[in-house]
Amino acid sequence: MLFFNHFGRYLLMLKGMFTRPENMRMYWKELMHQCVEIGVGSLGIVIIISFFMGAVSAVQTSYQLVSPLIPLTTIAQIVRDTVILEFAPTVVCIVLAGVVGSKIASELGNMRVSEQIDAFEIMGINTKGYLIMPKIAACLITIPMLVVLSMVLGILGGRLAGVATGILSTATYDMGLTLNFVPYNVFFALVKAYTFAFIISTIPSYYGYYVKGGALEIGRSSTKSVVVSCVMILFADYILAALLLNK
Amino acid sequence: MIEFKNIKKSFGDKVVLDDVSHVMETGKANLIIGQSGSGKTVLQKCLVGLFEPDEGEIIYDGISFTDMNVEERKLLRQQIGMLFQGSALFDSMTVEQNIMFPLDMFTSKSFSEKLKRVNEVLARVNLEGVNKKYPAELSGGMKKRVGIARAIVLNPKFLFCDEPNSGLDPQTSMVIDQLILDITREFNMTTVVNTHDMNSVMEMGENILYMFEGKTEWTGNKKDIIFSKNERLNSFIFASEFLQDAKDMRMLEAKGKISDDRDMDKMLKGDKLD
Repeated sequence: MLFFNHFGRYLLMLKGMFTRPENMRMYWKELMHQCVEIGVGSLGIVIIISFFMGAVSAVQTSYQLVSPLIPLTTIAQIVRDTVILEFAPTVVCIVLAGVVGSKIASELGNMRVSEQIDAFEIMGINTKGYLIMPKIAACLITIPMLVVLSMVLGILGGRLAGVATGILSTATYDMGLTLNFVPYNVFFALVKAYTFAFIISTIPSYYGYYVKGGALEIGRSSTKSVVVSCVMILFADYILAALLLNK
Repeated sequence: MIEFKNIKKSFGDKVVLDDVSHVMETGKANLIIGQSGSGKTVLQKCLVGLFEPDEGEIIYDGISFTDMNVEERKLLRQQIGMLFQGSALFDSMTVEQNIMFPLDMFTSKSFSEKLKRVNEVLARVNLEGVNKKYPAELSGGMKKRVGIARAIVLNPKFLFCDEPNSGLDPQTSMVIDQLILDITREFNMTTVVNTHDMNSVMEMGENILYMFEGKTEWTGNKKDIIFSKNERLNSFIFASEFLQDAKDMRMLEAKGKISDDRDMDKMLKGDKLD
């Protein structure tokens, strides 16, 4: 019953965002601000984790491929496909759920308990439209970009680690990257990125917007929003894989 | 003028407002007073539409607020200013940006025009030279004044103040009270102030609604309070022995000034003098 109560309010929150903006220029300004906060603000962590994910997967794949019958180009293929299919969209988005999600939930939660949201309402501003919509739009714009960047950096990290540890040469790695490449995988990764971006932005917005109480409750709702977002990302990951990759 | 009739509001089984009615007059500071938990804030939030009353009607200048749709309410709210208990200034914005925000959102003025208006209202609340400061850098009294400046920047017809003196020292409280009173008269606004501060009541109380456990217990003005026989009101306003003594002295003073014993009897009974 509690689940339906939350889900109903979540849907009503999403519905409430769609009204005519009071001032389009101010909404645009807020969208750009959020793009910088979410996109540029998460750039550092995405670069670091992507690079090391690719590097570690190259080294571990090589460690597990003990048969001399398997060509070394397979390492590059495995790194490429795991990075594109899973690491870049899913792992990066789980990290972003922590980074971006907690930021959104605590920001909105703080605005709620300090009556800043009420102050916007009193001015005649649709707070769901002005405070939540730009955050969701900014996530939908920047997170797929970060995922694409993560794919590139992950593959690059695998290449550098492969060469640095003497597992394979750059030429072999590059050859492996082009073998049996399926462009559909990139499409699949982007579908996941958009889905996860929606989850990362809407669930913390819901928990932050409807928080009640004080500082303790803001912390709790922030943690809860990250946990729920992560679970929903993993659930959506499975559903999307079953729907889009099941031959 | 704001009129509300038979307002009822419950949260679950708890009845917070029970059949509350009153008229808030234009050009006056209208006070809603009462103990903590008496329903003052809920009533004020119902009046501005942050809560929906379960029953009753709210009328702004003859137009029913209760019957308005979302868009109509948004338009009306541009004529409402509100000072919140904790000031509710936007943390991430400077004082200037906070006050300019309603102008940015609802007007098409140039930046220089908006800045001029911001400086005007800051001067009006006696707070110049703080444009570039952030709310965290201001004292409680300064935050309240910035809150008032933001509330009046669009020249509203209605001003709501929720506990404007909470957390302030008595001297600063009086400055804020006087400022609210001056602004109300200067711009002929309908001002509604929630308070449980005795000084505010005696300073600003031109039209007072005293609430007790969600109900209207007493109405009148600050002069009526002195002679009121309502026990709940007396124990609320004159809570300390010192204040009770002050009231008695005021009564005796009045007695000396009144030659007609019949008038004195009427006064002591709590009736208004002719």
